[in-house]
Amino acid sequence: MPLDFYLNATLSGALTGLVYGLMALGLSVIFGVVRVVNFAHGEMMTAAMYVAILLASAFGLDPLVAMFPVGALLFVAGYLLQRTLINPFIVRPEHTQFMLMVAVAIILVNAQLLIFGPNARNVQVEYALDSYALGDIIIDKVRVYAALAALAVAGALFAFFRFTLTGKAIRACADNHLGAQVVGLNVKQLYAITFGIGSACVGAAGCMLLLLVDVTPVQGPGYTLLAFIIVIVGGMGSLTGALVSGLLIGVTEALGGLLILPSAKSMATFAILILVLLFRPEGLLGRRA
Amino acid sequence: MKNPATGRMRSRRRILKAAAASAALTSIGFPAIVRGQSALNVGVLLPVSGTQAFIGQSCKRGADIASEVLGALGYKVPLKLMHADTETNVDVARSRAEKLINDGAHVLVGPFDSGAAAAIAQVAEQKGVPFVINIAAAPQITEQGYKYVFRNFPTAPELVRNGLALIGDLFRATNTVPRTAVFMHVNDTFGQAMRKGIGFLLPKLDFLPFKVVDTISYDPAARDLSVEVAKAKATNADFMLLVSRLNDAILLRREIVKQRWNMMGIVSPGSPGMYEEQYYKTLGPLSNYPISNVPWYNPKAELTAIVDKAFTKRFPKDRLMFHALNVGYTFESILIAADAFRRAKSTDANALTQAIRETDIKSRMMLGGPIKFSAKGQVDGNLSACVQNLNQRPTVVLPAASAEARPVFPWPHYKS
Repeated sequence: MPLDFYLNATLSGALTGLVYGLMALGLSVIFGVVRVVNFAHGEMMTAAMYVAILLASAFGLDPLVAMFPVGALLFVAGYLLQRTLINPFIVRPEHTQFMLMVAVAIILVNAQLLIFGPNARNVQVEYALDSYALGDIIIDKVRVYAALAALAVAGALFAFFRFTLTGKAIRACADNHLGAQVVGLNVKQLYAITFGIGSACVGAAGCMLLLLVDVTPVQGPGYTLLAFIIVIVGGMGSLTGALVSGLLIGVTEALGGLLILPSAKSMATFAILILVLLFRPEGLLGRRA
Repeated sequence: MKNPATGRMRSRRRILKAAAASAALTSIGFPAIVRGQSALNVGVLLPVSGTQAFIGQSCKRGADIASEVLGALGYKVPLKLMHADTETNVDVARSRAEKLINDGAHVLVGPFDSGAAAAIAQVAEQKGVPFVINIAAAPQITEQGYKYVFRNFPTAPELVRNGLALIGDLFRATNTVPRTAVFMHVNDTFGQAMRKGIGFLLPKLDFLPFKVVDTISYDPAARDLSVEVAKAKATNADFMLLVSRLNDAILLRREIVKQRWNMMGIVSPGSPGMYEEQYYKTLGPLSNYPISNVPWYNPKAELTAIVDKAFTKRFPKDRLMFHALNVGYTFESILIAADAFRRAKSTDANALTQAIRETDIKSRMMLGGPIKFSAKGQVDGNLSACVQNLNQRPTVVLPAASAEARPVFPWPHYKS
């Protein structure tokens, strides 16, 4: 097979992987600070994708533009979810948190089935079939746009955590929960904001992913699993790790499909997960416990 | 006790006598009357949701118009259709079939999927209820020695044989000689059966000038087929031999354009997807030129005209041509059940099964010989047509006798 096909596949996988990375970033942010694993992550993303479809059909909004209102909406939803439902479970055993989030996921999937039906939906943009050609390498335009948007959102998130007071306070909460309380930080409020930020991330990722794939309500659990794999491979709670791992998974899927068997491309992803769990259980960029 | 209507006293003995008399009537006289007038409960199993939802809903239209068409054909048999959604899931199909039988279905019809058909067939055999398959091609379904399972649809080897023969006709009609093909197929039960059929038959058909340079299977529920298309493109094949479903066929066409792959065309040797209404709606002008060699309706048949009339009346905004295969075979499966019921004059499972086995319907809608079941419960002799997407509608281009237009192969560059 010519070299340009491998380059094409690698590039395509990397671009998709960046969007996967942003999706997993939301999960990593929430776990890193609130220490609650969001088992409804993928379902929240499919909900965001449906909102983007509604905005596209009602106002003709491009999903890349719709990611701002959708992100804001998901922030509010995540904030309220944390304040009302999850907060009482923070100090409870992990299995009760697990049950709660699984229940939220089931409700979301069935609500989406009820409202939108089971059929696949998508948004058609004018540039959907366009591509760039660099010699023999052909790059899908929507993937480039989606990846650039993912990078921009991830950059904004890193800047928020590094340079803003709220961001620093959230990092303080993540580093030392008791210390944060002692110095007078409103931890409950910061947890809710963090959950909102994580949800906004997944909302934005959903809008970008809508350019690449069709959406059905039953896809949610698959995306939750994918986000988990990315976060575990990257390192639980590591933001850079999530992004790097997303890239790695995207490229692995693409090359795995090309080199092994297209219908078994997920196998390569799970192989990486197993290798990481065996030889570096804290993840590629995670800290040792 | 006093009867409020007559004012006469009702004694316990009189009430007991009346009860005994009514019980005797019920056990002797009434059942014959009830049996004579009772409706045939037809359990219709289709994937009206899930990844095959559009095709399932298309098939359902064939069931929706069945009563009216049967009335026009002079079948004065009362039918009660009991619809069930298989959700494009084999396990759901099995449980829905069981539920339909428990709810009183006398015969099962459906389910547009080989995997689901195999599961329902097991239930039908176990419960002793006749099952008429509308669309499902895996050959093993009618190779199990089942007594209650019947199929009026070509098996995968028949589909492939008819489809490949039409590919030879296509090359001759267009004076083309492609040397290589890449074979892409879904990896579900149907796709695997088609793969086996092609692998077995293709080497024996020396009139076909091409060889398959690579075979690529994929998940019909895949979200992204970019890798699969990249791999297919890398083979540099002259054309694509495709066994698809609907959503994946749409994804593939988009990805071929995105990856700027210019080949001679896509030809299906007998699978759904590219002639479905949703394919045209989603892809618009890009839906043009793929070719499907599939069982099709006879546009000149008398029954087709009756079905078309009923379809247009029931679905005025739609056109039969976009649902031809699905509506045709689903309607014919209900016709088989109704015809058997008329002859059996009973809803008894064994009587109905025997009547279905003796079916001989000569006037039909789909291309092929009469509907007559072999000892295995299979209708042999269903034929295919070469259907090409032209002007965003399915158009018969071969065989020449029933062609509506000339075939276009190779297809023009997508930019033009």
